[in-house]
Amino acid sequence: MDTIFILEKSLIILTVFAITMLIALYSTFGERVFAAYFQDRLGPNRAGPLGLLQPLADGVKMFTKEDFIPDTPNKFLFIFGPFLFMTTALITSSVIPWGDKLEIMGRTVYLQAADINVAVLFVLGIVSIGVYGIMVGGWASNNKYSLLGAVRASSQMISYEIAMGLSIISVLMVSETLSLRGIVEKQHGFIDWSGKFPWFSWYVFKQPLAFLIFLVCAFAETNRTPFDLPECESELVGGYHTEYSSMKLGFYLFAEYINMFISSAIISLLFFGGFNYPGMDWVKQQLGTNAATLIGVGAMFAKTLFGIFFYMWVRWTVPRFRYDQLMNLGWKVLIPLAILNIVITGAVIILSGN
Amino acid sequence: MHNFTLLLFLILSSLAIFCGLMTVFSRNPIHSALFLIGCFFAIAGHYLLLSAQFLAIVHIIVYAGAIMVLFLFTLMLMNLNEETEQHKPALAKIGAVISAGMLMLVLVAVFKRAVLAPPPPYQDFSIGTIETLGKVLLNEFLLPFEFASVLLLTAMIGAVLLAKKQNPNTNQA
Repeated sequence: MDTIFILEKSLIILTVFAITMLIALYSTFGERVFAAYFQDRLGPNRAGPLGLLQPLADGVKMFTKEDFIPDTPNKFLFIFGPFLFMTTALITSSVIPWGDKLEIMGRTVYLQAADINVAVLFVLGIVSIGVYGIMVGGWASNNKYSLLGAVRASSQMISYEIAMGLSIISVLMVSETLSLRGIVEKQHGFIDWSGKFPWFSWYVFKQPLAFLIFLVCAFAETNRTPFDLPECESELVGGYHTEYSSMKLGFYLFAEYINMFISSAIISLLFFGGFNYPGMDWVKQQLGTNAATLIGVGAMFAKTLFGIFFYMWVRWTVPRFRYDQLMNLGWKVLIPLAILNIVITGAVIILSGN
Repeated sequence: MHNFTLLLFLILSSLAIFCGLMTVFSRNPIHSALFLIGCFFAIAGHYLLLSAQFLAIVHIIVYAGAIMVLFLFTLMLMNLNEETEQHKPALAKIGAVISAGMLMLVLVAVFKRAVLAPPPPYQDFSIGTIETLGKVLLNEFLLPFEFASVLLLTAMIGAVLLAKKQNPNTNQA
C-alpha cells in the first residue's frame, strides 16, 4: 500500500466530509427558504446577502446556548447518544461513488473512498446502527417522555428497515452486484440498447415499484414528514431529544440533514443512475475522460440536491400520518408489496431467459 | 503490512475481551447490552481481518442491528436498576462460583492438550466474498441452506402464534 494511495483516499474522504457538512448546513437554510416560498412568506433574509449567512448565525446560536445536562446517572451515555447518531450519519458516505474515474498524471483515481463488494449491505447495516444514537440518547435523558419518544422513533425505524431491505433485493436481482459502483455502472448512459427492445437503463424505469417503496422508507428512516412522528413539535413533547440543548441538540438536528443528503445520494445511485447522464459516451469521445467524469459528478450532485428539494417539497405538501397508519403502511402494505415485487422480478428474469 | 494486521488483531482482541468482561460485570443491564454491542463490533472486525466481508456485515446487521435493538427495547421498558435487583442467597452464589470454576478447569485441560492447526500457506482473499459464498450455499450446501430457512420460517410463525392474543369471544383456537 503506497503513500500516494493513502494520500489520495484521505483527500477524497476529507473532501466528501467537507461537502457533506456544507450541503447539510445549507439544507437547513434551504428548508427555511423553501418553507417560506411554499407559504408565501419572505423567509430568512437578514444575515448577510440574501440571508446566506443564516446557517452560521444558527451555528453560533447553538454553540453559545446553555449546555444543560439533566440529573441523570448516565452522563456519559447522554453525551454519547448525539455523538453516535452523528457518526452513523456520516459514515455511510464512505461507500458512495461520487463519480467515475479521473486520470491524473497516469494514475486512475476513482472518486470514491472505498469500493467494497458488500456496499449495499454496509449501508443497510449502518442504517440499522443509527437507531442506537436515538435509543441511547432517549434513555440516558432519564425522562419518561424522552424514553417514549426514543421507543417511538426506533420502532418506526426498524419497521421500515425491513421494507427498505426487501425493496433493494429486487434491484440487486437486476443489477447482479452488491457494489454501489457496480450498480451505477449497470445503469450506463440513459438508454439500454442491449435487450430485445431498447428501454431506459436507469432502475427507476426498470423497478418503479421498488423505487416507490424505497422512497417511502427513506422518508420514514430520516424521520421526515409525513413520517416525522418521532419529533412532531406541534403535537407531542419533542421526542427523544426533549432534554437536549445547545450543540448536542444541534448534532441530532444536523444529523437529520446529513441523513437526508446521504439518502438522496443513495436514491440517485440505486434508481437514477448516479453519475450517469444521457449522452455520456459522446461527451467522453469529444472532451476526454476527465471532463466526462466531472460532468458526471455534477449530474450526481444535481440528482442528490433535487432529492433534498423533494424532501422539503413533500414536507409542506403531505400531512402527517397517525402512528397506527404508519405501522399499518409499513407492515401490511410495503412489506407485502416488496415481496410481490421480488417475485415479479424473478419471474420476469426467468421468462426473459437470462 | 503483517505487523499492521497484527496490531489490528491485538486492538480488536483486547476490545472484544474488555467488552465481554464488562458485559458480565456491569451492574446496569442496559450498560451490559451496550457493551455486548461493542463486543459484536470487535468480532465483526475480526471477520474483516479474515477477509470475510459478507459475514462481518451480516453479523452487524443481524446481531447489533436487529437482535440487540429488541433486547434494548425490552430492557429500557422494564426499567431494571440496582434497587429492584433481587438478592440471591449466599449458598447459590457459592454454588455458582464452584461450578464455574470446574468449567474453567475443564476448559483449561482441553486447551492444554489441544494441537494448534498450522496456518494456511496462503490466504485466499476471495473466499469470504458474497459471490463465493452464494455459489457454495446454493450448489454444494443447497439442502442444509433450504432446511435452515424453513426452520427460521417455522420459528417465526410459531412466535407469531404464541404472541397472538386469543380472543375469548370467538371459538377458533
